[in-house]
Amino acid sequence: MNTANKPSKDELCQLFRGFIAAHDVISDAETLKPYECDGLSMYCEMPLIVVLPENVAQVQEVLRICHRYAVPVVARGAGTGLCAGAMPNAQGVVLSLAKFKNILDINPQTRTARLQPGVRNLAISEAAAEYGLYYGPDPSSQIACTIGGNVAENSGGVHCLKYGLTVHNVLSVEMLTVEGEKISLGSDGLDTCGFDLLALINGSEGLLGVITEIQVKLLPIPEKARVVMAGFDNVQQAGDSVGGIIASGIIPAGLEMMDSYAISAAEDFAKAGYPKEAKALLLCEVDGTAEEVQEHIEQVEKLFHSFGATSVRTSQTEAERALLWKGRKSAFPAVGRISPDYYCMDGTIPRGQLAHVLTEMQRLSEHYQLRVANVFHAGDGNLHPLILFDANIPGEFAKTEEFGGKILELCVAVGGCITGEHGVGIEKIRQMSVQFTEQELLQFNAIKDAFDPVGTLNPGKGVPTLRRCQEYRSIELKPKPQNQSQNKDKNKEGAAHG
Amino acid sequence: MADLSTELQQQVLAARDAKQTLNIVGGGSKSFMGREAVGQRLDVSGHRGIVNYQPVELVLTARAGTLLTEIEAALAENNQILAFEPPRFSGVATIGGTLACNQSGPGRPWTGSVRDHVLGVRLINGLGEHLKFGGQVMKNVAGYDVSRLQAGAMGSLGVITEISLKVLPKPAASRTVVWDMGAQQAIAFMNQLAARPKPLSAACWLQGRLYVRLSGALSAVEATVKEWQGAELTQEQADDFWRQLGQQELSMFDKGASEDNTAIPLWRFSINSAANIPLLDEHSIIDWGGAQRWFRGEQDKLHMESLAANAGGQVSLYAGGDRRSEVMHTTPAVLQVIQKRIKTSFDPDGMFNPGRLYHWM
Repeated sequence: MNTANKPSKDELCQLFRGFIAAHDVISDAETLKPYECDGLSMYCEMPLIVVLPENVAQVQEVLRICHRYAVPVVARGAGTGLCAGAMPNAQGVVLSLAKFKNILDINPQTRTARLQPGVRNLAISEAAAEYGLYYGPDPSSQIACTIGGNVAENSGGVHCLKYGLTVHNVLSVEMLTVEGEKISLGSDGLDTCGFDLLALINGSEGLLGVITEIQVKLLPIPEKARVVMAGFDNVQQAGDSVGGIIASGIIPAGLEMMDSYAISAAEDFAKAGYPKEAKALLLCEVDGTAEEVQEHIEQVEKLFHSFGATSVRTSQTEAERALLWKGRKSAFPAVGRISPDYYCMDGTIPRGQLAHVLTEMQRLSEHYQLRVANVFHAGDGNLHPLILFDANIPGEFAKTEEFGGKILELCVAVGGCITGEHGVGIEKIRQMSVQFTEQELLQFNAIKDAFDPVGTLNPGKGVPTLRRCQEYRSIELKPKPQNQSQNKDKNKEGAAHG
Repeated sequence: MADLSTELQQQVLAARDAKQTLNIVGGGSKSFMGREAVGQRLDVSGHRGIVNYQPVELVLTARAGTLLTEIEAALAENNQILAFEPPRFSGVATIGGTLACNQSGPGRPWTGSVRDHVLGVRLINGLGEHLKFGGQVMKNVAGYDVSRLQAGAMGSLGVITEISLKVLPKPAASRTVVWDMGAQQAIAFMNQLAARPKPLSAACWLQGRLYVRLSGALSAVEATVKEWQGAELTQEQADDFWRQLGQQELSMFDKGASEDNTAIPLWRFSINSAANIPLLDEHSIIDWGGAQRWFRGEQDKLHMESLAANAGGQVSLYAGGDRRSEVMHTTPAVLQVIQKRIKTSFDPDGMFNPGRLYHWM
């Protein structure tokens, strides 16, 4: 590392153009512009340079150069993330993996796929379909998001309760360290010796390395899937019936809840036949063999009635199933139609706390004079409140952000967490010190140091450094317990930002 | 049923001051694993009790010294289970040791391992700090996944004091069918079965017979038994077989009477489910639908490692043999460096279970 002789932007471009085609080293403002943010467009930063390498050797060389000169590196997939995890660094390089979109191998015998990181999530299932297989995790953005980004964020989806998160479905990764050294984590087998670094990499938000290849597990496509929709007069009953299904021993493939705002927005948009007068709506999908689905559907229908559902409807055809899901899947854009802008939150709560959390959220909504619609992965407690606002009104986004922060704090207070599947990125970095103590954050920083001692991989994201964390606490006017026992913080930001 | 976390924390701090190393012990049921233990015994077994269990949330939190039997008894009252089917080792295994040693049973390829079910941990690091990671909810991506990092770390990152786990409903029905066939044929057949959308929950071959378990809704299980046309075991035969396999009670697992670790080496392969190891397969237990193989015999470790690597995975010397040499698959140099740094980040003085995982750690 030689920060003293840090090359200029032009010199860096020259270095990269030594081994990457000139047009794939982007440095002009106009072409850089689309890279200034990810899916959370409120957070923007123009990068110094964007590079689009097309093979691992080139990625390796980019990393070596950036390491040599302590230049920050932000890896990027499709840029669909919702936490500003892929927001560029003004002094840094965006390392786009968009050209790594080959499915390297699908092995029907072992039910695995080897993928480059830029392969779209949905493309895996599409390619595996001819073997009767599919890839489990299905984030809402699956048509566009990439498997590399899924690993970085440990993405979920609507089928997590039964089929797990990304971390449960990845067998191995090939990764480059910050120095550009190749390492393999995991194997074709299910367990490996030593520390489970593969678990650590899933959800590490590009802070520990750059993934260049991923091997995932594939599952047999279920013979049958049907969905039961139920409307309720109040949220409590809907919440209780979720508990009732779980208690009956059924693990649904998907179990989604929407509140009245979300129901009516989704219905207006998708015309799925949702009961617009309902205060809460549940979608419960059951999959498996034909016999199993029949058995479970009957139980679920009965349960919904016994918990006081005002309407119950079960899909009779694939088309009807798709239609019932269409409303839920289009809930975000549908809410977008009833408000100029919306801000999607991502807390997780113990399911039993749902009614309390929704009541509190209503109170906050009145306080901030901002409407909120709720979409809830009810099976696993992952809540997506959508705060409706208008970015053209000065100060309204700041107010929205503050409201969002309060919701996340509420999630932590009831025993949940600040992010279930979207990640921390920059967006929730303040709330990290609500969920974790300084000692815990220092431990995270120490893990980061183990992979990236200089702190050039996606700096400023994921985990606040101690100094940041103290600033956040003092803003919140909370006491600042001093931690004197560790000296792990090396003020990485200073190094990272040159 | 006591909370001894403060005492444990004090013991860690005292050991740190005295520059002593610690050998963390729960029920002591897995002392045969890993390299030879050194250091002063830190007994976690008294730190026990279920702290929180909400059946409808599918989450249970217990202190590390809690016996698996106690947890499973509480779950059974609500018709729930630890779906990773951990070995109880005559009832003395604790949940802390189970996580530290990453122990999972026959259902692992379908229902996941202990690593897949852990949601959160509390642990005391080498600075005597009592830290909390993860939580009690299914989805949580805040911070690095320190909870799963404990799986298989064999206590080298700290004293695990509390664990939150995802639990699952007990399958309504379970049936076992068998076919008599050779190892190579069974490996191919297990992989074929696993590609079908049927309620497969375990597949294991040994001594000329393939055992396949189906679990789930009664109608689905019965229809599949009929369709697959294997010979069906009685419930008692089936329960016996899966217990002996999952609890590591089959003769292959016999640790031998001697305490001096001179028993014949027991090798555990974690490899590509479809791989063949012609030299060993006929004499192995082939579990996890082909992805885990047990072989007992005096063999050169590097030779075993090359067989495992050719089969896409790794091997460890699970029990017996020389416990003073390396027992885990050799780690490449770059990964050694990272693992050592991670170790240091939790345990700067190298106090916890030194050398238990690798001589260099």
